Amino acid sequence: MLDNLSINQRAAILSLVMLVVGLLIWEAAIPAQKAAEDLTEYERLMGLGQERAGVPPPSDVLVKAWEQLSDPFYDAGPNDKGIGIQIGYSIYRVLSGYLMAALVAIPLGFLIGMSRVAYKAFNPFIQVLRPISPLAWMPLALFIIQDSEASAIFVIFICSIWPMLINTAFGVAGVRQDWVNVARTHELGSLKTAFTVILPAAAPTIITGMRISIGIAWLVIVAAEMLVGGTGIGYYVWNEWNNLDLTSVIFSILMIGVVGMLLDSAFAVLQRAVAYAE
Amino acid sequence: MSKPFLSIERLTQRFPDGQGGTLTVFENASFGIEKGEFVCILGHSGCGKSTIMNILAGLAEPTSGVVKMDGLEVAGPSLDRGVVFQNYSLLPWLSTLKNVIFGVKARYPDWPRDKVEAHARDYLAKVGLEGDVVHRKPSQLSGGMRQRVSIARAFANHPKLLLLDEPFGALDALTRGTIQDELLKIWGGTEQTVFMITHDIDEAILLADRILLMTNGPYARVAESVEISIPRPRNRTEIVEHPNYYTIRNHLVQFLGQRSKEMAGERIEGEDLRPETVRIDQAAAPATEDNPDKPPLRAVNE
Repeated sequence: MLDNLSINQRAAILSLVMLVVGLLIWEAAIPAQKAAEDLTEYERLMGLGQERAGVPPPSDVLVKAWEQLSDPFYDAGPNDKGIGIQIGYSIYRVLSGYLMAALVAIPLGFLIGMSRVAYKAFNPFIQVLRPISPLAWMPLALFIIQDSEASAIFVIFICSIWPMLINTAFGVAGVRQDWVNVARTHELGSLKTAFTVILPAAAPTIITGMRISIGIAWLVIVAAEMLVGGTGIGYYVWNEWNNLDLTSVIFSILMIGVVGMLLDSAFAVLQRAVAYAE
Repeated sequence: MSKPFLSIERLTQRFPDGQGGTLTVFENASFGIEKGEFVCILGHSGCGKSTIMNILAGLAEPTSGVVKMDGLEVAGPSLDRGVVFQNYSLLPWLSTLKNVIFGVKARYPDWPRDKVEAHARDYLAKVGLEGDVVHRKPSQLSGGMRQRVSIARAFANHPKLLLLDEPFGALDALTRGTIQDELLKIWGGTEQTVFMITHDIDEAILLADRILLMTNGPYARVAESVEISIPRPRNRTEIVEHPNYYTIRNHLVQFLGQRSKEMAGERIEGEDLRPETVRIDQAAAPATEDNPDKPPLRAVNE
C-alpha cells in the first residue's frame, strides 16, 4: 500500500507517526499524582499529599496553546500580554537591528570584496570582533546607549553583521573575471557594473549570509530579552519561569521554533529567487 | 603603403618569469588588418595569441607598442571592439534574450525598449535561435547554442572590430561545423572586420581571408601571413575540392608542425617585425607534383 505513495507522502506519514509516538511517550512518562485519600497516614505526614510541580503533559500544553493562540493580542498590563504581542516585539527588535546591520554590512562587504587592500586592512578587525558572543556587548551597550530597548537592538545589529559582511565580501571577490570582462567590453561604468553584473553574480552568496544572520539574530534575541526584560518572547519565557508556569514555558519554546522556521523559510524563498546555474 | 584599418605596431609583451628575470612572450610584433577582412591567427599554446587578443580588446596592456584602430590608439575596452570569449561569457542569471539585450542596451542607450528587444531578437534569429528558446537561461542551453548567443550578442552591437577568442574550442566537431556555417552566414551579410584565434587549421581555411602564423615562444613572432586564395562563398564540402585547399593546408601543417618550433626563441633584431606575405595559388602557377608547397608556389610579395 505504501509503495503507491510519493516520497513526500511517505515522509509526511512517517513525521506524523513520530509526532504521535513522541507525544504519547511524553504523556505516559509524566507520573500520575496519587490522590490524597489513597495515601497512607505516614505518607500524608511526610507531605507527599501536596501537589508536586511536574513537567506538564502535552495535553496541557495543547490546551494552553489553544487558549493563547485564540487570543494572541490581548494586553492585560505589563506582565500579562498575549503571545502575539510578545513575538511582535521580538520580531520588531530583530528586524530593526538586522536591517541596520544589512545597511552597513552589504555596502562595506562590497568594498572589501572589490579591493584587495581593503580586504587585508579590514580582515584583522573582522577576525577579532566576529567570535565575540553578542551578549558580551550588552554591558557596554547599556552603559553607552543608556537604554535597554536600544541595547537589545544593538546586540542584534552586532551579531547579524558578520555573516552578511563576510559573505558579501566573499561573493563579490569571487565574481568570475569573465563576467567582469563582459561589463568592461560593454563600457559599463563602475556603478552600473556593480548593479548589473557583480550584484546578481554575488547575490546567492550574499543571501546565504543574510540567511545565516537572521538565524543567529533570532537565537540571540531570546537571550537578550531575558536580560533586558520588559517585553518580547525571551522575556515571556523567563517571566513564565518565574511564575512557575511550565506549560507556558513549553508553549513559548515551541513558538520560538516556529517563528525561527518561518524567518528562515522566507530567506530560502529569496535564495531560490536569486539562484542561478552556471 | 597606406595605414591599414587596424594596425599593430611594435607590440612587445614581457612578464616577470618568477625568478627575478623577465620572459619575453613576443617582441616588436607588427601587422595590420584591413577593413572588412576576416583574419585568423594560428599558433601553438603559449605563443601569446591570447595576450594579443586581450591587448586588442583593451583588457590587457602591452609592455610596449601600440594598437591603432582607424588611426586612433586603443586604450582600454570599448564597444567598438566586440569580444566573443571561448567560455561564452554569458551572464547566467539572465535569459538568452536578456543577455543580448544587455549588450544592445549598452551599445545604444538611447533606443526605446521595444526597439532594443526587436534588434536583439533579430540577431538571435540570425543564428537560428527563435521562439521559446530565447527565454531559457544559458545553463539550459547546449554549448553550441550558448556560443550562438554569444555571437549574436557580439554582432548585434555592430562593433568596428570583432574579436573571437577560440570561439569553438569547447565544442564537438559536428556542432563546430554548424556554427562555423552560421558564423559565415551572419558575417557574409556585413562588412564586419574579424580577428579570430583558433587551433583548428580547417576552420581557419574555411573562414579566413588571411591566416597569421605565429612561431612558438619565447620571442614569438607573427612569421607569415598566408592568403587564402579560395573564392567565397565557401562551403565546407566544396572547398576541399578546390586545388588550393590541400596546398595551403599542407603549408600550414608544415609550419605548425616543424617551422614554428625551429623558429622558437629566435630573436631577430629589428624595428618592425612584419610577417612575410605568402600567397599560394595553384591556378596562377602550375604545381610541381612532388613538392607542392616549395618556392615555385610561394610568390612572396612585399
